[in-house]
Amino acid sequence: MTARRLSTAPDGPAVPFTFDGKPFEGRPGDTIASALLAAGVRVVGRSFKYHRPRGVWGAGAEEPNALVDVSLDGRTTPNLRATTEPLVEGMALRAVNARPSAAADRGRVLDRFAKFIPAGFYYKTFIWPDWHRFEPRIRAMAGLGRLDPATHPPADCPIVHARCDVLVVGAGPAGLSAARAAAASGGSVILVDDQERLGGALLHRHAEIDGRPGRIWAASCVEALRAAGHRVLASATAFGVYDHNLVGVWQRRFGRPDALWQIRAGRIVVAAGAIERPLVFPDNDRPGVMSAEAALFYLRRHDLLVGERIVVATNNDKAYAVARALATAGARVAIADMRASAAPQTAEGLSVLPGARVTAVEGEDGVEAVRVGGRRVEADCLLVSGGFTPTVHLHAQAKGKLRYEESLAAFVPAERLPGLVVAGAANGRFSLSGVLADGHAAGGGRGVAARSVTADDSYAIEPAWPGRAGKARQWIDFQNDVTVKDVELAARENFRSVEHLKRYTTLGMATDQGKTSNMNGLAAMAAITGRTIPGTGTTTYRPPFVPVPLPVLAGRRRGEFFSPVRRLVLEAEHRATGAVFREYGGWLRPGWYGAGRAEDEIAREARTARETVGILDGSPLGKIEVIGPDAGALVDYNSYQTISTLKPGRIRYGFMLTEGGVIYDDGVVSKVSDEHYVVSCSSGHVPGVVARLEEWRQDRFDPTRVFVHNSTPQWATLTTSGPRARDLVAMLGLGLSLSDEALPHMAFADTAFDGAPARVARVSFTGDRSYEVSVPSSKAAALNRAMTEAARAVGGGLLGSEALLLLRAEKGYIIAGKDTDGTTMPHDLGITGPRDRRQGEYVGKRSLFTENALRPDRQQAVGLAVDGDVPLPTGAHAVETVAGRRRSIGFVTSSYASPTLGRPIGLALVVNGLSRMGEEIELVHLGKTMRAMVAPACAFDPGGERLNG
Amino acid sequence: MTRRYSAFSLFVEGLRGQTGWAPAWRTPKPKAQYDAVIVGGGGHGLATAYYLAKNHGIRNVAVVEKGWLGGGNTGRNTTTIRSNYFYPESVALYDFALRLYEGLSRELNYNVMFSQRGLVTVAHSEAEMEIAARVVNAMQINGTDAELLGPEEVLKREPLLNMSDRARFPVFGGVWQGRAGVARHDAVAWGYARAADRMGIDIIQDCEVEGFLVEDGRCAGVETAGGTIRAGAVGLAVAGHSSVMAAKAGFGLPIQSYSLQAMVSEPVKPCMETVVLYPGTGTYLFQSDKGEIVVGGGIDRVPSYAQRGNPPAQRQVLSGLLEMFPAFGQLKLMRQWAGNVDVTPDSSAVLGPSPLPGLYLNCGWGTGGFKSIPAGGWLLAHLIAKGEHHEISRPFDLSRFMTGRLVDEAAGSGIAH
Amino acid sequence: MQLFSCPFCGPRDETEFHFAAEAGKTRPEPAGEVSPEAWSGYLYAKSNPGGPSREIWQHVTCGEFFLMERDTLTHEVAGSKALRGQRP
Repeated sequence: MTARRLSTAPDGPAVPFTFDGKPFEGRPGDTIASALLAAGVRVVGRSFKYHRPRGVWGAGAEEPNALVDVSLDGRTTPNLRATTEPLVEGMALRAVNARPSAAADRGRVLDRFAKFIPAGFYYKTFIWPDWHRFEPRIRAMAGLGRLDPATHPPADCPIVHARCDVLVVGAGPAGLSAARAAAASGGSVILVDDQERLGGALLHRHAEIDGRPGRIWAASCVEALRAAGHRVLASATAFGVYDHNLVGVWQRRFGRPDALWQIRAGRIVVAAGAIERPLVFPDNDRPGVMSAEAALFYLRRHDLLVGERIVVATNNDKAYAVARALATAGARVAIADMRASAAPQTAEGLSVLPGARVTAVEGEDGVEAVRVGGRRVEADCLLVSGGFTPTVHLHAQAKGKLRYEESLAAFVPAERLPGLVVAGAANGRFSLSGVLADGHAAGGGRGVAARSVTADDSYAIEPAWPGRAGKARQWIDFQNDVTVKDVELAARENFRSVEHLKRYTTLGMATDQGKTSNMNGLAAMAAITGRTIPGTGTTTYRPPFVPVPLPVLAGRRRGEFFSPVRRLVLEAEHRATGAVFREYGGWLRPGWYGAGRAEDEIAREARTARETVGILDGSPLGKIEVIGPDAGALVDYNSYQTISTLKPGRIRYGFMLTEGGVIYDDGVVSKVSDEHYVVSCSSGHVPGVVARLEEWRQDRFDPTRVFVHNSTPQWATLTTSGPRARDLVAMLGLGLSLSDEALPHMAFADTAFDGAPARVARVSFTGDRSYEVSVPSSKAAALNRAMTEAARAVGGGLLGSEALLLLRAEKGYIIAGKDTDGTTMPHDLGITGPRDRRQGEYVGKRSLFTENALRPDRQQAVGLAVDGDVPLPTGAHAVETVAGRRRSIGFVTSSYASPTLGRPIGLALVVNGLSRMGEEIELVHLGKTMRAMVAPACAFDPGGERLNG
Repeated sequence: MTRRYSAFSLFVEGLRGQTGWAPAWRTPKPKAQYDAVIVGGGGHGLATAYYLAKNHGIRNVAVVEKGWLGGGNTGRNTTTIRSNYFYPESVALYDFALRLYEGLSRELNYNVMFSQRGLVTVAHSEAEMEIAARVVNAMQINGTDAELLGPEEVLKREPLLNMSDRARFPVFGGVWQGRAGVARHDAVAWGYARAADRMGIDIIQDCEVEGFLVEDGRCAGVETAGGTIRAGAVGLAVAGHSSVMAAKAGFGLPIQSYSLQAMVSEPVKPCMETVVLYPGTGTYLFQSDKGEIVVGGGIDRVPSYAQRGNPPAQRQVLSGLLEMFPAFGQLKLMRQWAGNVDVTPDSSAVLGPSPLPGLYLNCGWGTGGFKSIPAGGWLLAHLIAKGEHHEISRPFDLSRFMTGRLVDEAAGSGIAH
Repeated sequence: MQLFSCPFCGPRDETEFHFAAEAGKTRPEPAGEVSPEAWSGYLYAKSNPGGPSREIWQHVTCGEFFLMERDTLTHEVAGSKALRGQRP
């Protein structure tokens, strides 16, 4: 192929780029493909399997051959389609699947062994000795482009949600006609098209519409739509139709990040045109064999004549206009028309060979001659048109049925879906007047339809499907190297379903997803197996229509946006005091304070809290208000323990179970009054507890008599714990009697702090005297200042979450989900009272009496004691050996070196643990064995004196 | 005709244009009666037929498939095979499957390309490392391979993982199972089909089962569009449609159907070596031998039989993927699809007799059907041939939902499978 | 992305909704008189139809549970109804 530009004067400065290391120049407005063609690069890539040399085939999204890795401004993107990618100054292009270059690819030797590696050969070999022996080499040969480890595209692609009455996909004559009609009916319209310039085929095929040249008419349509306030998106590909008429559109915004549009349309008009498919004949994959329509595109859009001596092989009338245009532009053109009925005509530079089929193509790395109808025609380019395949993808994705139309040799929509209509060439209309009328009707038929009197647009076609394979290879899928022989092999081996054909031969599974190959493939299968084309059927159409960059689909949900952490009101204050933050139940909380070794800081905090007093930010702890006449009944139903029998001002600890009887969470409930309770739960469970309360409220209760409100974020809670906790709280001046009579353990009192309401509750998660002081979040900083000062005065310190975890473990207090698992029931912790005695219903009750709940070998929560000073590894399993086989009887759930006790402590779930007190058990961790003694979970202050100490 | 597959036969066939290959399977007309009929020509159904013939000598068997064989979840999954489970019952089941997979290519004379490249389940915090240790110890005790990896060891295997300070889910380490891997999903169906066909089993495609023939309170066959097929016993292996078929047989199942999406990128040269799962993002991925990045995630949130993907779940999975491998932002999505999975309350399978005598169940695999194909087939064949459970299948009996003895992996390990 | 209708807020994207259960299930009580079969049926059995389905959903953003009729095969939504004042 000796392509050349027709005009010598480009309309701008040259655009330098390199391909496989060699420098070239393109013109403004070029795609990579047009620039490569103009530069005379014939071999632009190598095929996937046999490394056959390949040239540019098409001019759009269907391109199977011309894929390149593009480096620009330090960023690399592999596998870009040269036909749809605008050329940018400074691009370094690299052919895919070729080393060192497309022209001199070392892998080309593989083609010589092609007959030994047909479709699916890998299923038949590499069995001995083992697949792993071969896989690395196979993998290295596979793949197309190369990822650049250093290129990390940012998460900067926005997602735009839009809605409209009519979404028109495709801005060719059908789409424009539809958009005009839709706009005339008064609805909102969005028009999208994958090209940078709108007009579709009108931009490269001459036509006259309403007395104006087609491209002028197109421009005026677009202008009128925009002027009327409708949206027109260029460079925007509708790639998928999803439920309830949602269309995904990938918009390229050169110079800005791409965008994903999610458009919910009342009606979708699919006017996506049609794609020219190859004819199948020997060596039809040579560089220089090209789509006829694409040649016209390059001529009219890029001023590029693709050859000087051109053979046009066709089975339909559409290629004639191409041939005439090329002849007019100065090429010598011979039309090889497969149809015997073709009229032999000669015009200037143009001849027609009726009934002529291509039987061979000469030229290893580019067409040199074509054998056609028994003659050898010297040629530098072979254009082919095997007919057009309507782009019905969006219709088919929406589960629309297809029908085979014999006269068009194509599948067309068989039905009109409720919210989606197909128009124009996509609907099997190939004359411009028919396309305009179809588009107009699809757009609602309002207003005046555009008219065209273009004479030269007949589409008479005679099917030219592949038949039996001959000696030479005839390509069906260019990228994946599927030939007619491969289809024959699939048929021979009974892979006759189109889905089996696809999967066995990889037909249509390349990056072009079979846009040029699927029809020929299934027709070949039909012919070989003696079935009809509709009887053979199509494979499922799946999104996306074209490959879409992952960052476009992923949007901006990266880093913290992926799942935002919840932050404390006092985060800045904690940072100022040296907090090291960790994530707990979705909240970012101080794990410990100080820059020393974590274990040392944690031990220091724990000791301080035990000896004097510690302050912990407990704000994330749940505070869920349950209010109304039925509030008591709802909290009772929600809890394993009865709550409503409390006196106002008192607090009760208890469990919430799942309906399966498993401990969902533990926490305390405060009774404010008979019609007002506050449910507290662990911070990570707040949304879940709110949800279950709300669900039962609406499902079981009169929702006008009880309400649930999550007030967690409105309050900040600072908890002070330790022997000096009361002294500390006393210094806050809360105007509250702190005597044990006035405010005993498990009671609360409402008061005021700094002019705002405050609540002081005596609950303890450390086993020491503790006070939780809650104030509105706006008063958090003031409370924090006051408490920190008071703590300093009594020799106290700050307490991070890690030290709290340690202190509660000393007491054997569980963390639901850490020291229990998804099977633990209350009686596994030895808490059986409600199960045995409580009347009435509560969540999970019946499940406490199943065979499983009553089985004798349940895992129970216990403590573990070890000799020495090395704590057990959390996650170690307790094991026993039965009949020579070791089995797990439980595992360590929490384990710490206790600074208070000066020895390690552990909590575990162990089969029958509660009846093993004092028993020595064996544990294993990562292959190492150790021993421990089963002990009560509470290792510190078992009498609980310190609660009031 | 050439039947045996080998490098040699491939070479010989190469010399004569690959024209001598025997069909991989026949297209038989259904007989009026079989000793056993398996409903569902996916991996599990075909494997069941194969093991009925091989292990039990029962060859008068038909597999009845409504579409094309391997066209359900067998052909729609992300092909991961692993046994990194917590409970001994689960490890026994999935490791049995894994062991069968290890010899499957040779056994079937069909390269299913089982690539034991290893799988790492990443832990994102100290607390998750504790759970990871719990899981690793359980796996080791239960007799399968497992290692606890530190962050450097994870990175050594996958250098492109996100190690930025701003990573939402930092890498603290992970659970490694070296024997885990991926296989070519279609090849598993085709390999079993070919091997079963060779032993005389009739694989009947394009034949939808419309109901069950019940005589004297016992399942005596199936009603199809092409007529009644009588059977001594019937096995049901119709993942994704188990509830619908059970309803035709007159009973219900503890199953909800959901779409499960998967997707692949365009192929690139090798850039990752293992299978990686992030619990934080719910995304897992590996690179296929062809070079595509194969990506999966959790199930969709809306019960569905629609077998199509949904943008919210897709965005979750893909943004998770880029959070894990920032360089993969260079890639483009080439194809997405969805399967239809049976989800049970404990996310474990149901294997065993059904409430209708003579009808046996293989369902409820959720997202884990592919990896269990050899075991699911072996155990269903055992049930059909012996009329009673194999030791491995017993814990997965339907009765567990009555007794409450669930096999809930998420309950034990905190990791949803 | 599906479009569901909350009876109180109107059509919203599916991500705002939470599937609760199939419609028509009643919790068997009192616990002491509930057979294992009945309890298992309540906890675990699902009709899971492949086609028209009556389901209870929650519109998470407003909190209301409601009845929705839709088709699990085609994803067509037939309608939704508030539960106030009636048992599904």
